Amino acid sequence: MFRDASLMAGKDLRVELRSHVTTQQVAPFAILMLILFGVALDPDRGILTRASAGLFWVSVLFCSLLAIQRAFTIEAADGGRDALRLSGLDPAGIFLGKAAAIFVQLGALELVLAAGVVVMYGTEITGLPLLVATCLAATAGLAAAGTLYGVLAAGLRVRETLLPILLLPVLAPVLIGATRAFEAALGGAAADGWPWCGLLAAFALLYTAFGTLAFGTLLEES
Amino acid sequence: MEPVVQLHGAVTLLGRFPALAGIDLEVAAGEIVLLRGPNGAGKTTLLRLCAGLLPVARGQAVVLGHDLANRRQARSLRRRVGLLGHATGLYDELTVADNIHFWGRAAGASPTDIIAALTACGLDGRLAGLGVATLSAGQRRRTALACLLARRPELWLLDEPHGGLDQDGRDLLDDIVRQAVASGATVMLSSHELDRAAALAHRVVTIVGGTTDALDPLPTSEEPVLVP
Repeated sequence: MFRDASLMAGKDLRVELRSHVTTQQVAPFAILMLILFGVALDPDRGILTRASAGLFWVSVLFCSLLAIQRAFTIEAADGGRDALRLSGLDPAGIFLGKAAAIFVQLGALELVLAAGVVVMYGTEITGLPLLVATCLAATAGLAAAGTLYGVLAAGLRVRETLLPILLLPVLAPVLIGATRAFEAALGGAAADGWPWCGLLAAFALLYTAFGTLAFGTLLEES
Repeated sequence: MEPVVQLHGAVTLLGRFPALAGIDLEVAAGEIVLLRGPNGAGKTTLLRLCAGLLPVARGQAVVLGHDLANRRQARSLRRRVGLLGHATGLYDELTVADNIHFWGRAAGASPTDIIAALTACGLDGRLAGLGVATLSAGQRRRTALACLLARRPELWLLDEPHGGLDQDGRDLLDDIVRQAVASGATVMLSSHELDRAAALAHRVVTIVGGTTDALDPLPTSEEPVLVP
């Protein structure tokens, strides 16, 4: 299973390195969102600084939709889905590999967004261990749940519009938990944020376990 | 020896439509069987059924000892078959070598097998490093063939395999099929290029309206090479 996951993740990341979709399309989209939030809310940064945790995670959430769509679009082209079913790869390995590739791409985007929040919103980074742990747990949850719902929507003709409708409500706990943990870290009360980080880790574990078990059936039936 | 493919009254539904309406067919190990018939007759559906990609709704379908009525067995069959269909399954963003490496490694092929497949299909050298998106239709077909070859399947299912290939490519494909059979594989192929495909095949089966024609099997020039 882990050999297959490694093979799948390597392939997806290689596709990304060659196509530059994350760097040339998703990352600029993320920065554009930060700019638009800034224009819409408060040019003098007062509100922006206070709301930076939530704005950061809303941006990550929308970027994750693009990354997940992209991860399954490459499989839909030229019979890729049937080829995957015939490949001999363990479905659990495919799930873990695709989730790992999305995790890496989202992690890179979060670094870009973090730099953008610091520069544009004037947010000061405090409570770094909690921030890093929150990013890891929340990103794992986004990647696992996104991969699971991504394959579910991938077999449908209306997948582009259906995926956000299916996925955004499911990811609401990640948005809430990650925002609260970030607010605690940035507000100098890191101890208040660790329970939220624990919730995010539980969410990630739950969806990783469920995805590992259910991905094969979804790949066949959807 | 037990036939590689045993279909008895096999029915496959696409929605409510019986795309295969009671197929009876046996294919022996080492045989090359050509499926012919008009468009929509069910050739592609039959190949996809034999690949374990479609369920059998009624009748019996056993391929390489896997009963296709059992979903678990149908899934485990897929590791042992190779399907070259209209779609190639290639990733446009990756190079020819990347694609063959990925699909070969997915099936457990060794690096030696992967390089051998690349070379056998004439894709070594400059072509190996080209992005698939830049290839011609024939080069894409060769790349898909190399992916299949690297997998070393026991049952080759080829859907219009000559399509898009030039004369050299067609000769190459025929050579590769013959070599595969010589090394123990079994081949089912559909084609509208009957002269070329019939010369390659040991037996021709006509499919009309989702069933095997009553006149089949038709005699061809060669006897099947049965693997002991």
